[in-house]
Formats: sequence, C-alpha cells, structure tokens
Amino acid sequence: MMLFGPGHRACAGCGCAVTIRHVLEALEGKCFVVNSTGCMEVVSTPYPESSWEVPYIHSLFENASAVAAGIETALKSLSREHEGKVVVIAGDGATADIGVQTLSGMMFRGHDILYVCYDNEAYMNTGVQMSGLTPLGAHTTTSPAGKSIPGNLGPKKDMPAIALAHGAKYVATASMAFLADIKKKIRKARDITGPSYIQIHSTCVPGWGIDSARSVEIARLAVETGLYPIFEYENGQLVSVRKIKNRKPVEEYLKVQARFRHLFKDERGKEIIEKIQEIADYNAQYYGLDA
Amino acid sequence: MKKVVEGSVAIAHAVKTIRPDVIAAYPITPQTHIVERLSEYIADGELKSEYVRADSEFSAISILVGASATGARTFTSTSSQGLALMHEVLFNASGMRLPIVMVVANRALSAPLNIWNDQQDSISQRDSGWIQLYAEDIQEAHDLTLQAYKISEDIEVRLPSMVCMDGFILTHAYEPVDLFEDEEVQKFLPPYDPKVYLTTEDPLTFGALATPEYYTEFRYVMQQAMERAKKKIRKVFTEFKEMFNRGEESLISLYKMEDADIAIITLGSLTSTVREAVDRLRDKGIKAGVVKIISYRPFPEEEIRKSLDKVNSFIVFEKDISLGHEGAVFTDVKSVVYHMKDRPSAFGFAVGLGGRDVRESTIEKLIVECIEGRKKEGFYFGDVKRVKEILK
Amino acid sequence: MEVEITLGGVARPGTARKNKTGTWKVYMPVVDHKKCILCMRCLHNCPEPCITSVDDKIEIDLDYCKGCGICSSVCPVDAIDMVYEEK
Ligand SMILES: Cc1ncc(C[n+]2csc(CCOP(=O)(O)OP(=O)(O)O)c2C)c(N)n1
Ligand code: SF4
Ligand code: SF4
Ligand SMILES: [Mg+2]
Repeated sequence: MMLFGPGHRACAGCGCAVTIRHVLEALEGKCFVVNSTGCMEVVSTPYPESSWEVPYIHSLFENASAVAAGIETALKSLSREHEGKVVVIAGDGATADIGVQTLSGMMFRGHDILYVCYDNEAYMNTGVQMSGLTPLGAHTTTSPAGKSIPGNLGPKKDMPAIALAHGAKYVATASMAFLADIKKKIRKARDITGPSYIQIHSTCVPGWGIDSARSVEIARLAVETGLYPIFEYENGQLVSVRKIKNRKPVEEYLKVQARFRHLFKDERGKEIIEKIQEIADYNAQYYGLDA
Repeated sequence: MKKVVEGSVAIAHAVKTIRPDVIAAYPITPQTHIVERLSEYIADGELKSEYVRADSEFSAISILVGASATGARTFTSTSSQGLALMHEVLFNASGMRLPIVMVVANRALSAPLNIWNDQQDSISQRDSGWIQLYAEDIQEAHDLTLQAYKISEDIEVRLPSMVCMDGFILTHAYEPVDLFEDEEVQKFLPPYDPKVYLTTEDPLTFGALATPEYYTEFRYVMQQAMERAKKKIRKVFTEFKEMFNRGEESLISLYKMEDADIAIITLGSLTSTVREAVDRLRDKGIKAGVVKIISYRPFPEEEIRKSLDKVNSFIVFEKDISLGHEGAVFTDVKSVVYHMKDRPSAFGFAVGLGGRDVRESTIEKLIVECIEGRKKEGFYFGDVKRVKEILK
Repeated sequence: MEVEITLGGVARPGTARKNKTGTWKVYMPVVDHKKCILCMRCLHNCPEPCITSVDDKIEIDLDYCKGCGICSSVCPVDAIDMVYEEK
C-alpha cells in the first residue's frame, strides 16, 4: 500500500516522508488529509502531479486546523462521515507558531480531527529557520551559532501540554524511529471521537546536518537520551511512556548533527550541553522514562 | 411576502431559504445582526445548517474553504477588519475555484478605529478573484444574496462572491422587503453540484503548487471565468427578473441617462442620494443621469463605455481611496473611456468616508462645481473639512 | 505549447509516479538475498517508498530509489550494500 509517494521530491533520507507514509498506512487510506504549507506539501504536489492517494487539500501555512474543521463539518452536514477521518499533517512551524490559533480553535470546538505534527524542529521548507519547536542550542539560519550567541537559546514549546489544556482526549508523542508505535497511536486516535494531537519527531537531513543513511539511528538517539520523550495521554491521564534502558548522555545525540557542532567547540557550548542534559534529566524524571 | 424588516434580518432570511450546508462566522460590527439572526434560526431549528462559531474571520473563511472543497454550500458574512483579516484566504478560495458566498457589511478600516460605513474594506479586495456585487437598498442586498449563489456555483464561473451592503445604512435600517419564500428559492437555485470535491471515492489533490510553467495559465483561466461571469450575471439577473418581477438585467443600472450630458457614477446605497441630487439638477435644467455599478468585479467595461457614449463628462462618487493615487472606482472608470474618440471629462470624489453622512446637497454642489468649470479634471475629497495638520 | 488547467488546480492521485527520482542517487542499494531474513525493516523505513516484497523476496524499485542508504543502515544482518552507481 503506497498512499504517499513514490515520485515525491523530498530529500534523500527525509524522515518526515517516512512518518507520513506510516500515518496514511495506519489509516488504510480512509482519511482526508489537510496539509499546511511546508516541506511535505511542496515536495508532493507540483501541479499537475500529486504523491497523495487519499483526498488531500493544502490551503495555507497557518490554517490547516480550520480547513480541517470545515471538512469535518461539511462531512457531518452532508452525512458523509463514514468516508474517513479528517487528519491534519502539519510541520512544527505551522503547528507551534503561526497556526496555533486555528489549532486552539479547532480543539476548543471539539472537532473530530486527528492532528499530526511532523516535528523536524525548524522551518525547513524556507531554509532552516528557527521555530517554536527548535531545541535549545540548535543552529538554524535565524538562530545562527555566532560569536556572541550560541544558537537557539530557548527550549521547545510544550505543544502536547497545550493540547492537553484544551481537553484533547488523546495526546501523544512518537518518533520515526518507532514505526509500529506510530501506527498504534494513529489508530487509537482515529478510534476516539473528538480532537487528538500526535507530535512525531522526524529527521531533516540538510536541516540537522546529518548523514541520510543515519536518519533512523539519530531519531532513535533523541529518544534514548531522553530528549524526545515518547508518551501517551488518554483523557488527560498519562497512560504510557517508552521506557529507556541505560539512558545515553545527550552528547551522543548532539555530536552526530551539524546543527549542534558549535557546542563542542568551547566552554560556552559545554554549558549549553549541560543545560540540554538537564532537559533530558527533567524529561526522564517527569515522565518516568528510566527503566 | 412583503414585510418591514431590518436589513440584516432580510439577509439572514435569504440565507435561511438558500439553506447552506455550512456557515462559519465571527462577529464584527456592523455584520453582527446577520449572524445573530442566523444563530437564532439554528437554535430554533428553523435552519438545519451546520454553524461553526469560528475563532476569527481568518478561521471562518478557512473553515469554508475546507467545507466548500468537500462539496458543501457555504455562507459567511463580515466587515472591515474581519475582511482584511481574511485577505490571504480570499485569494486561496478563488484560486481553488470555491463558490463561497459572503455578505460584506461595508465599514471603514482602522486606524483610526472607525466602525461606521464606507467601502474601503471590500474595494481593497478587488484583486482577490472574488465577484463583487454592490447593493443599493435592502431589497437588492436580499436579492443579490440568492443570485450570487447561482452565479458562483455555475461551472463556467466557479468563483466566490461578495455581496456588499453598506454597514448601518442598510444593515441596520428598516424597509419593506419582499422576502423569499422557500419554494421560490428551491425553484430558482438548483442544488449545488460540486463536480470536483474531496471524497475518498475519488481521492483528488486540492491546492497544488504551480511553478512558473503553469501559474500564468491559472491566472489566465480565472480571468476567462470572470469574463464568463459577466454573461452569467446578466443571465441570472434576467431569470430573476422573470421569476420575481424585480431587479436589473445588466451589470449596471441606468437612471435618466437617455439624454444625459453628464453621468454620475456610483455604487451601493449612495446611489439613492445621487439619484435625488440628479432629480434636483434636472429641475434646474441640467441634464444629468446616474450610472449605478452593481457588479464591480467583474468590471462592466462594455456597459459603462456604452453608457458614457454621449456624455460630455462623468463624475464618480465613491467611499474609498487608494492612498497615493485616487479612488479605485475612478481609476477603473477612466480606463474604460481611454479608447473613446470624444473622451468625456473625468471627475471623481471620495465622500462618506468613515460614516460621514453624505447629503444630496453636497453631491449637488459638487456636480455643479464640475459643470461650471470651477474644478479641474481629477480626483478630490468631496466633503473634507479645512485641516490644520500638526507634525510635531 | 498547450497546457491542461484543471478546475482550481486539482491533481489526480499518485501522478507524481511519473517523476522518476531514481536519477538522483549516487549510491545504489544492492540486496544480498542469501543474507536477507525478510524482516521487512528496509521496506518500512524507506522514505520514498520504493521497496516491496514480491514472492518472499525484497525488491527495490531503482526508478525511485534516491540512494539515501536508510535501508542499508537499518538492516540487522547487513544484507544491503550501498555501491557507487556507474552512470
Ligand atoms: C503566512 C506565511 N508566512 C510565511 C510563509 C513561508 N513559509 C512557508 S513554509 C514555512 C516553514 C514551514 O515550516 P514547518 O511548518 O516546520 O514545515 P517544514 O517546512 O519544516 O516541513 C514558511 C516560513 C508562508 N507560506 N505563509
Ligand atoms: S529539507 Fe528536510 S524535511 Fe524538507 S524534504 Fe528535505 S529532509 Fe525532508
Ligand atoms: S536507499 Fe533509501 S530510497 Fe533507496 S531503497 Fe534504500 S531506503 Fe529507499
Ligand atoms: Mg519543520
């Protein structure tokens, strides 16, 4: 079953493309996809071509949740709900920054929509600019590692908590390193009625400065260091986390990516790495990650 | 069924008979009474549409993009800041050829904040690929709302429509209105057949990206659709007149233009004021007539040119200004007379901005000034006070 | 030149298949079927996707393979080698 691709123009080794095909496969094509402007849209729909084999709409960068709400409402009004689930597939920039209002409105109104954020941690489509989900220390083209500022100074915006605060019945994180887990979570979200939010960590080869062949391995390291906690909330309750045996130091994840390379060059970088380790330790404690 | 109703109620009533599948809106003065009344119809079970209380006008129109692409008939209404907030989505809706219908309760744009009427909001969206129809009175706004669906949903057109009615002046006024009966509307407006829409049965891709290799052709076909819309508007107006015995058959409406030396061109509720001024001038032996623009986009180029064939001069009165140039309607009308051998003299006035009351005496006075040669050809603020500007 | 413009720019599903991304690759995956244990990891992790399993045999559609090397690196038994593609 190939519901996304082949023939799309994503970079070789793009983790987001891996994520998306598994989202669609989990839904067996019974879905309506609303995609925000960003890499996955641009690489998949140069007129007259399309890589999508499900009904698909791209409208704008920041309105995917509202467009999805319109589709869901229309399906209800036309008694066509049986056709499939309405799914948003949006980048981290579209989700955590510019589209946060339409996402909030959609969740608040309680639309039956599955929102999937493929989190590659920057605005990749426009050339790797910083987003609300760019991690601490990362070099991006708008948070460059310079002589006086060592890359992005802030932590990732806690979007799952924002979704939970809206009363979303199902909120989860996942990683392209664990495909069966993605599928399981997508199906769970599909089967509940109401808004759900799943944020899936997905690699970007040029944006992170990684070897394309190591895409999966690096995504796994984010989980194994505790930097990308994998968890699941049902009805506001934390119901499961991916446990980590022998949590690795964050350096193992950072050192294989060009976006963190500057951190290994001086004292100041070392301090940032320590702060990043603190984030991982906090995650481990907060979510109970250590096995 | 003739009843004295508020303008907003007349619109809500028309929408109720049209039965959109999905309505999404966000409140803003002076549009509020329209959406409040629609909400009441839904709360009372008189209207079965799905109504989404959007988190902004930006979301409201985006919701309709999704709903319309799914094959639903849709409605929204807004004003001023709300329409400006929709700007990005307006181009998106027309580019995807979604026949959304929106009633604009015309209001000035901030800053300075002003909730009163002018037409800067919709005129500023003239390049967005939406059909724009301007109503002179409540009856016309009510009628155009229905006609807009028939025009927009036609496969030859498939462009969204704005029905523009002056905020407060029409939305909050009471007039006797011949309100639609359900059966009449069912007879006049065929059910919406989207032809291409989002469905799992035929999984199409909407909103593709067009490279320089294709983009021009997309704009080209939209321009062609606007051309076809002119014909369709005439046809729909004519059908409407046959069935309801009222309304126009053309994109413009003429008053006392048969023997006119001077044409007064305007749009919206200002037309009534202008008409009265023209009557007074006629009493004084001045042969003036009125050209009312109903369809501003598509622009009635042929009709206006024909109507100006015999006049010595024309004067445009409009409630907007393209800052740094002149009134947008004035520019458009001038472009139409460019090819005429005996080009009439051209005068234009911005009047009634931000809700300033436009008196017929003001209109009359300005017309006389133009006729008597006290004004050079060009564009002016018609009702501006003396200003002492403080720049420190 | 004539171009077809659809209503609103709708595109047909899966039509990007005519874009053969296989021309991008520098290294080409080569499967050693004797080593392959048919775990399907390569198949699931390919971003294109362009790996299928036909009659209990992993098959890579080189018309689309961009040569990213993911399949090779996720293979638990080193059954996929990335080799320089002579063009
Ligand atoms: C209103 C608006 N502002 C800016 C842009 C430019 N833009 C397009 S995509 C994009 C970044 C997308 O980032 P993200 O959502 O993370 O997706 P990614 O490209 O990383 O897949 C930006 C800034 C736009 N299309 N619209
Ligand atoms: S830039 Fe990154 S996210 Fe975009 S297609 Fe390439 S690898 Fe994928
Ligand atoms: S090299 Fe990459 S694109 Fe080619 S088959 Fe392997 S995973 Fe797929
Ligand atoms: Mg991104």
